[in-house]
Amino acid sequence: MWAQAFFFWIFAAMLVGSALAVILARNPVHSVLFLILAFVSASGLFVLMGAEFLAMMLIVVYVGAVAVLFLFVVMLLDVDFAQLKQGFVQYLPIGGLIALCVGAELWFVTSNWVRAPNAAAAASPSGTLANTRALGLVIYTRYVYFFEAAGLILLTAMVGAIVLTLRHKVGVKRQSIEAQVARTPATAVEIRKVASRAGI
Amino acid sequence: MIIGLAHYLSLAAILFTIGVAGIILNHKNIIIILMSVEVILLSVNINLVAFSTFAGDLTGQVFALLILTVAAAEAAIGLAILVAYYRNRGSIAVEDIHALKG
Amino acid sequence: MMYEIIVFLPLLGFLFAGLWGANVEPRTSEAVTTIFLGLSGLLSWGAFFGFAWSADPHALVVPVANWMTSGKLAVDWALRIDTLTAVMLVVVTTVSFLVHMYSIGYMHEDDSRPRFFAYLSLFTFAMLMLVTADNLVQMFFGWEGVGLASYLLIGFWFKKPSANAAAIKAFVVNRVGDFGFALGIFLLFRLTGSVSLESIRAAAPSLVGQTIHVFGMDADALTITCLLLFMGAMGKSAQFLLHTWLPDAMEGPTPVSALIHAATMVTAGVFMVARLSFLFDLSPTALNVVLIVGATTAFFAATVGLVQNDIKRVIAYSTCSQLGYMFVAEGVGAYGAGIFHLFTHAFFKALLFLGAGSVIHAMHHEQDMRRMGGLKDEIPFTFWMMTIGTLALTGVGIPFTSIGFAGFVSKDAIIEAAYASHRPAAAYAFICVVVAAGLTSFYSWRLAFMTFFGHRGDWAHALPHDAHDDHHGHGPAHESPRVMLIPLAALAVGAVFAGMMYKHWFIGGGFEGFWKESLFTAKDNTILEDMEHVPWLVSLLPFLMMAGGFAVAYYMYVVNRSAPATLARSNPLLYRFLLNKWYFDELYDLLFVRPAFWIGRVFWKGGDGAIIDGLGPDGVSARVLDVTRNVVRLQTGYVYHYAFAMLLGVAALATWYLFGGIR
Repeated sequence: MWAQAFFFWIFAAMLVGSALAVILARNPVHSVLFLILAFVSASGLFVLMGAEFLAMMLIVVYVGAVAVLFLFVVMLLDVDFAQLKQGFVQYLPIGGLIALCVGAELWFVTSNWVRAPNAAAAASPSGTLANTRALGLVIYTRYVYFFEAAGLILLTAMVGAIVLTLRHKVGVKRQSIEAQVARTPATAVEIRKVASRAGI
Repeated sequence: MIIGLAHYLSLAAILFTIGVAGIILNHKNIIIILMSVEVILLSVNINLVAFSTFAGDLTGQVFALLILTVAAAEAAIGLAILVAYYRNRGSIAVEDIHALKG
Repeated sequence: MMYEIIVFLPLLGFLFAGLWGANVEPRTSEAVTTIFLGLSGLLSWGAFFGFAWSADPHALVVPVANWMTSGKLAVDWALRIDTLTAVMLVVVTTVSFLVHMYSIGYMHEDDSRPRFFAYLSLFTFAMLMLVTADNLVQMFFGWEGVGLASYLLIGFWFKKPSANAAAIKAFVVNRVGDFGFALGIFLLFRLTGSVSLESIRAAAPSLVGQTIHVFGMDADALTITCLLLFMGAMGKSAQFLLHTWLPDAMEGPTPVSALIHAATMVTAGVFMVARLSFLFDLSPTALNVVLIVGATTAFFAATVGLVQNDIKRVIAYSTCSQLGYMFVAEGVGAYGAGIFHLFTHAFFKALLFLGAGSVIHAMHHEQDMRRMGGLKDEIPFTFWMMTIGTLALTGVGIPFTSIGFAGFVSKDAIIEAAYASHRPAAAYAFICVVVAAGLTSFYSWRLAFMTFFGHRGDWAHALPHDAHDDHHGHGPAHESPRVMLIPLAALAVGAVFAGMMYKHWFIGGGFEGFWKESLFTAKDNTILEDMEHVPWLVSLLPFLMMAGGFAVAYYMYVVNRSAPATLARSNPLLYRFLLNKWYFDELYDLLFVRPAFWIGRVFWKGGDGAIIDGLGPDGVSARVLDVTRNVVRLQTGYVYHYAFAMLLGVAALATWYLFGGIR
């Protein structure tokens, strides 16, 4: 118990701190790095809650893919980020107000919720099973269509990302198989009568 | 000291608020905005996982998994758009992006 | 069949000249319309003789077609032929034929003669529709048709702004009267459930004493009806208060003035009252109004006629005055006398107008009498014709006999009838018409003396000073061509003999057998008897007035030529009052035209512009623009603004859910 509380506070503090750093950092590269830290902290919290699979997913997917993608883009684009930081102070009051508002409401909700009396667990893990196994049992049976849909979403995102960023370079020679196959002698060969000693 | 559901929910609330504030404060930098969105989604995930654990219901974790998927897709597409835009305009300053203006 | 031919030949002529006139020689249009009218006129005389002396007392109704049927309202298109119609047919077609013929000569320099003849024929058709009407709606059709033709013909020279203005004025003033006429028809339909003359005649006695609720009081239905109908007659016949259009209508070509504004159309009101005599006779109040209006018009128009300088305007006011006489006759119940005067007046007034036209033609379209003079020797034929017309108009004849010019017989009968009547306003009417007889004589002879006697330019000193330079330098006057003189001669015959020939039938002993059922005579209506038994002085009085008028005119315009100017100088107020036609135009301008313009401008600028447009299309579009301008400002195009809006929305929605929504 003591250890759980200890780690919760550590991860929680890290999470909040890094999240603040994400939005406050001057350098976007730092922001990305703090984002990674925030994800790692969150995955620690997940482990604390017994959601090991999701914790691993967070590390693999977010830290390994998404955050690195951010890093790529930030470093790829030659942007004057200092200029983009302008207006930060100007928007501080309203931003703070809205955030405060939302936060207060969330706090209100957090402290006032009750569980519906007849709410039954839709899919409860059998106590003996490991988290990953239990999740797998639910995903591939009960939630298989959602799972498939998630896969399709990812596929769409992939195709979309490629379509958006792929650029055909002019002047690059490529093989066109259809054109090759569609060729006939009439269009490909020209026969000339060459007079002797005259050349073409 | 027992760490209960309320702790996790409060944490998620703080995280969400930070994300919202980040969107408003960094309104000129679209990359930070995207990152703030990721933070918000993370806070939602924490919420779902916390409920799942404390209610003994795996559905919350399934939801979190789906949100993870969508977040990844969103990040990929968003960044792709950003790259394409930068290639066309040579800038990602949000102030220059007002072709939608009537 | 004969009656259809009479009515529809002018329509055919109109269609020919109107539709084909541009494709054929103008001569052809003239010939076709004139010949058609001639045929129509011949047949009319046939109908007149056949009908007036037939034994059958009933009217002949020739059905043409069903016009419309809607609920209780059934309007058939039929020609109703009785003696009254026959008289009108004769007047209309004869004068119209002569005017057509005259116009061939008078208009020979005009480029749009086919149009002119088409209008003339159209007018004749409409007038025939009016007089043959079997029901009030058909009569209204003809009524409006002649109004239209009158408008077109007054504005025939549409390049003249004054002609257009006069045409519009005639149309608008007539609308005032027509408004009353239409209301009268509506009321009659409401009271009797029919617009047919036959049914109304049958239902008329039962209407006596009925009341209707109008403007918060109970009024005698019959009186209201008759007054409304008479309002129409006042407009069409240019009676006092609604007379202003007639003098202005002289802007039209002179033959038009002769046909429409002297002989036929303006008598439509007289005809209508006679046609509905069975209705009017039941309402003594209405007849009193008719009497007063007629007498006032007769006197008023005659006074204005005294000082006018335009030859046509003098005759126009004379027409107005003579129409007043006719209404006086009808007002006292002597409908026969009214129609008789209409009949004779048609001849001599058309003669005077056509004669004036001949003078104008001779003077190269000069109408101001002050530039004339001494025409007696230059155009002797016209002079003699005009003299006959003047003699007929002033009523020259041998007192105590029926021998005299047409006007003598018919006008003196009216004066005697006015004396013999027992109506409350009869004394007033009698004085008015007697004085008017003297004035008529004066202005008629003044016209004759100024135009035909003395020398050219005798009156030039009376011209306004700025007009002196504008001397037209006319060549010698020339007599009009024969095609214009023959109608004059024909009308002159009528002007001389019409009175003597028909007195017995129209108002004398042959009255009953002649009019039969077409004119209503109440049992106690003995006016025609009574007027034979007036004191000898009353019979002599018109003659004396006529002679006096002549003497004064002779003295002032032949013997002592400085007298008119002296008289005008010594009574400047009176002179100006008369010269400006009692300031009626100015009064109406002040009372109606200016307020109408003002109201129009208020409604235009304020009502339409500010309120309707302002709140309606313009306002809506302006608000839409305002809103969109603001919405456009919302749509900055900056992504982060949209993100803001989204977040604000999320915060607001969450707040609402938490504290207001789900509970």
